[in-house]
Order: sequence, then C-alpha cells, then structure tokens
Amino acid sequence: MALLEVRGLCTEFRTPDAVIPANAGVSFNLDAGRTLGIVGESGSGKSVLCRALLGLIQSPPGFVTAGEIVFDGRDLRHLDETTLRRVRGTAIAMIFQNPMSGLNPVWPVGDQISEGLRVHRGLSPSAARARGIAMMRQVGIPSPEVRYDEYPHQWSGGMLQRAMIAMAMACEPKLLLADEPTTALDVTIQDQILALLVELQERTGMAMILVSHDMAVIAETSDHVAVMYAGRMVEVAPTAAAFRTPRHPYTLGLLQSIPRAAGDGRLTPIPGQPPNLARLGDGCPFADRCAVASPECRTRPVALREIDPGHWTACHFPERLAGLQA
Amino acid sequence: MTAIAIRDELARWPASLKIGATFFLLIVVTGLFAPWLTPYDPYTQDLAGFLQPPSWRHPFGTDHVGRDVLTRVLHGIRIDLQIGFITTYVPMTYGLLLGALSGYLGGWFDTLMMRLLDVAVAFPFLVLIIVIIAILGPGVHTIYIAVFLLAWTMYARLARAEMLVERGKDYVLAARTLGYPTSRVVFRHAMPNVINSSIVFSMADFVLNILLVSSLSFLGLGVPPPLPEWGAMVAEGRDFIFDAWWISTLPGLAIVVTGASLSLIGDGLAHRLGQRQRSFL
Repeated sequence: MALLEVRGLCTEFRTPDAVIPANAGVSFNLDAGRTLGIVGESGSGKSVLCRALLGLIQSPPGFVTAGEIVFDGRDLRHLDETTLRRVRGTAIAMIFQNPMSGLNPVWPVGDQISEGLRVHRGLSPSAARARGIAMMRQVGIPSPEVRYDEYPHQWSGGMLQRAMIAMAMACEPKLLLADEPTTALDVTIQDQILALLVELQERTGMAMILVSHDMAVIAETSDHVAVMYAGRMVEVAPTAAAFRTPRHPYTLGLLQSIPRAAGDGRLTPIPGQPPNLARLGDGCPFADRCAVASPECRTRPVALREIDPGHWTACHFPERLAGLQA
Repeated sequence: MTAIAIRDELARWPASLKIGATFFLLIVVTGLFAPWLTPYDPYTQDLAGFLQPPSWRHPFGTDHVGRDVLTRVLHGIRIDLQIGFITTYVPMTYGLLLGALSGYLGGWFDTLMMRLLDVAVAFPFLVLIIVIIAILGPGVHTIYIAVFLLAWTMYARLARAEMLVERGKDYVLAARTLGYPTSRVVFRHAMPNVINSSIVFSMADFVLNILLVSSLSFLGLGVPPPLPEWGAMVAEGRDFIFDAWWISTLPGLAIVVTGASLSLIGDGLAHRLGQRQRSFL
C-alpha cells in the first residue's frame, strides 16, 4: 500500500475579486522509500500543494475544498489539529527554498535542530544536545560540538540548508517534503545537498517529495515525475519514461527549453504566458500555448488517464507528440 | 557571557547608547543612595531658611518652606523612575502579548483586539485620565490605572504590525511544519523577532510617561504633596519663579537630563538592534 495517497485535492484562494484554484484536483501516490519529483513553473501550485499536504494553508484566504490526503492509512484532512501537529513534527517534515530565512535568527542553530526532539520526544536538554550533535554530523556539518552554539548569521547558505535538513530529519520522518531545496544555492553546493538527501533517504528509508523547477535536479533524484501546470498535474510517469517519451506537450516544452552544450545551442521556448487561474475555461489549460492543439482542446475538459502502464497524461492527443520529439 | 563577549558587545554600541546608558546609570545610582548624599531630609521644613538661593550649604537653594531642593530632587529620582518604569513596562508586557497574538492568529481575535484598540485611542489621553482621576481621586494608583487602560495600545499596534511581517517568514513556517504548538511558535520563535521596535519605543515612552506624571502633578492631579515628585516641585515653585528661579528650574532640569539620557539610549538601541532610525519625540 502506498505511504501517501492524494485524491482529487483542491485548494483555492478567495480574494474579494476572484477565486483562484491553486490546486484543481491533484492526485498521486507515493510509496515508502520512493521519491516523487514535482516540476512546474512559478505559480503552477507546487508550493501550495506541499503546504496543503501539511494542513498549513493560511485560511483565510486559502481553503482546501475537496480531496483526500491519505497518509499511512489516515486521512490528514480529517485529523484534529493536535493529532495533525504530531504528524507534522514526527511523520512528515519539510525543508524550504531559502535556508537563510528558514532558521530563527535569535536562537543558536543547534538548539533549533534538537528542538523537535525536546518538543515531540520529551528529551532532556542534554540528551537532545547529544542527539542534535549526532544529527549535525550525519548531515556533514564539520565540528558540530562547536557549531551547535553558533547563530544562523555565522553560517553559509549551504551549511544552513544542511542544518534545515538536520532539523527536519531530527524526529525521523517517513516523508520529507523538499520545496525547491537547492534553488537558492550555487551549483556545487546544490549537488552536495542533493547527494546528502539521497544518502539520508537510503539510510532511513523515508519517502521524499522533491519540488523543483529544475528538470536536471528531478532527473538526478526522482523515481517518478509529476509535471504540474495551472494547478493540476498534467503528466505523471516514471522519471526515465517522462524524459524519454513525454506524453504531454507541456512536458516536452519543458524538456526542449533546457540549455544543452551539444546541438546548435538554440532553445525552443514555450510560447505565451501561463494562464490566469481565475479565468480558466472548461478545456485544457495548456491549449493556448500548445503546438498540437485542436479547437476542441479549448472546450473539452481533460483528466489524467493512463496511456502506458504507469504513465499518465492529461492530454487529448498524446499521439501527436510522436513527430515532435527531440 | 565571558569578559571577551562583553567587550565585543560594548564595542558595537554606538556613542549615543554609551553616553545615554552612562548618564542613566549615574541617575539610578544617585537615586539609590539619595538618603546618604545630603545631610537634609526631603520633608523637614525650615521656615527660618526659606527661599535661599543656591549656596555651598544648599547647592540647589531652598524652597518656600525651607526644604533643601537638591535633597528633594535626589529623592525625586526614586519616585519618577519608579512611576516611569511601571507606567511603561507593565502596559508594554501585555500590549506586546495581545498585539503579537492578534497579528499571528488573525480572524475574530484580531478583529476584536483592533476594535478594542480603536475605542481606547478614540479618547483623548489626558481628558480620559483626568476623568478617571476625577472619579477615583488623585494619586499614583489612579495614574497607574488610567495608564494601564490606555498605554498598551501603542505596543499592541507595533507588535501586531511586526508580527504580520514575521509570521510570513520561513522560520515561522518551518516551526509550524515541525509541529510545534502555536504558543511555542508565537512566543519562542516569532516574539523575540517582534519586540525590537517596542523596546526602542519604550525608551521614548518612558520619557513621555515621566513627563505625563509631571504634567499631572503640575496640574495638581498627580502625586500628592509633600512627595518630592519633579513635576510637583516645578508646580510648587511657579508662584516664586521671578524671585526664586531655582525651585522650579532645577527639578525641571532633572526631568530634561533623565529624558535626554533615555532618548539617547533609545536612539542607540535603534542602531544596535539594526532598526531603521525612528523618531517618536
């Protein structure tokens, strides 16, 4: 059975002028120990999805209006706040894009890493400290005994991201949500952080949802890819299949806009702009930017369907992509 | 804190903070040792030696009933600082708590707090205080009650505004994703990042509260005679201002020096705490 099953999750933000559906019927499964990569451009609903999974949508203006989030056999949407809080601290953890702002500037880094152990496990300060130092060593922070008492402003971005990971991993969660964990870091540090995440995953057997707009990051780490566009998943597939034979024109567009050293050096951008979520029609939200769209794409609703085993797409005419593949 | 840490911290203090803190410390120490610094008693009248100008025997002169003005100014430190401290930091404490909670929780609690605050600030401060004093009678306790009812509003506003910014920051979100109880998120994580502007403002508020009490005493609504409160002393001397300038002027100067040292501290703290410069006075 899957560790996490999300069915038809809908999240919307209500403003005085409009209702913005940031997640419109998102569904996916994630098995224990596996990694799901979620890609999509800014505003496609990736971060909202992560927050919705944890029940951390600021309400108002945000509301989760429909769907199920079944984690470990329990629907998180129907847990009371106290139980959900314990799930957040001990079973699901999250790390953020900007490590510089993810740690509280007024407390020592080490105290923040071991705080979860004190809150959730009731460890004594000295036991928590010992455990915290062990965690810091595990994520590759040098001389943790000394650095335990240092403050975030004394640390570099890469070290802070390691501290964030240690903080999230302190209570040994079964699922780690990583929301653009490497975006704010430079390339060499990115690789180290990704390698660290993969290593920790192998050691602890946790599942991971890795959100990124960087296809390369996803390719390196994920078992499955989910491509998000306009608040919905438009393609879900095993990573190799999604990269080799994308079955949705948006995925193909993303792949073609990755710079490559080989070839003539020209990029093929996706024309147009992401749609205004408040004014989506009934049809495919990508139709206006799609090279293979038919008039009926703009009117006929699309849903995810399985066209190869394990390969899902929300496109009416995936076969039309065959001729366009790079 | 080791000696080195203290030295490093002092090295980061701007000049205004050093000067203000030195003066304020001097004032506090003087107030503590007031009974031993002069041979006179602040209440004993000497009707044979009234309205004496400053001299070696009476450096600040004597007032209209022959009390030594210097002795009364030094004893006044205790009264004015105590009143200033209580009228500033008691309302600051619950103003901060209410404001921070209001900003963090939002919703009906925030709406309720903000309407309550609107009601409190809708009354002109002095008029309301005078009404409360008229009902309860003059005295320090009445001033406390009146100030406690109103003075928290500024701190609540500051804390709420800062909290609205802080609660959207990643470290607050991180604390929530780690499943910490709301009280912990608000008070342990967000609160320390919210109080800076209030601490800076409290220095200005301290000065204003001393001035407020002095003003009320001057009007005869504050500290009852014969307590040597500075404002009351200024008021007592006003009938003799042309013949004996020292009775009003020197306690007034004490207010100015105390106020200036607190303002310098506030200014210096604003720099040290990395705040943009604020001028409340």
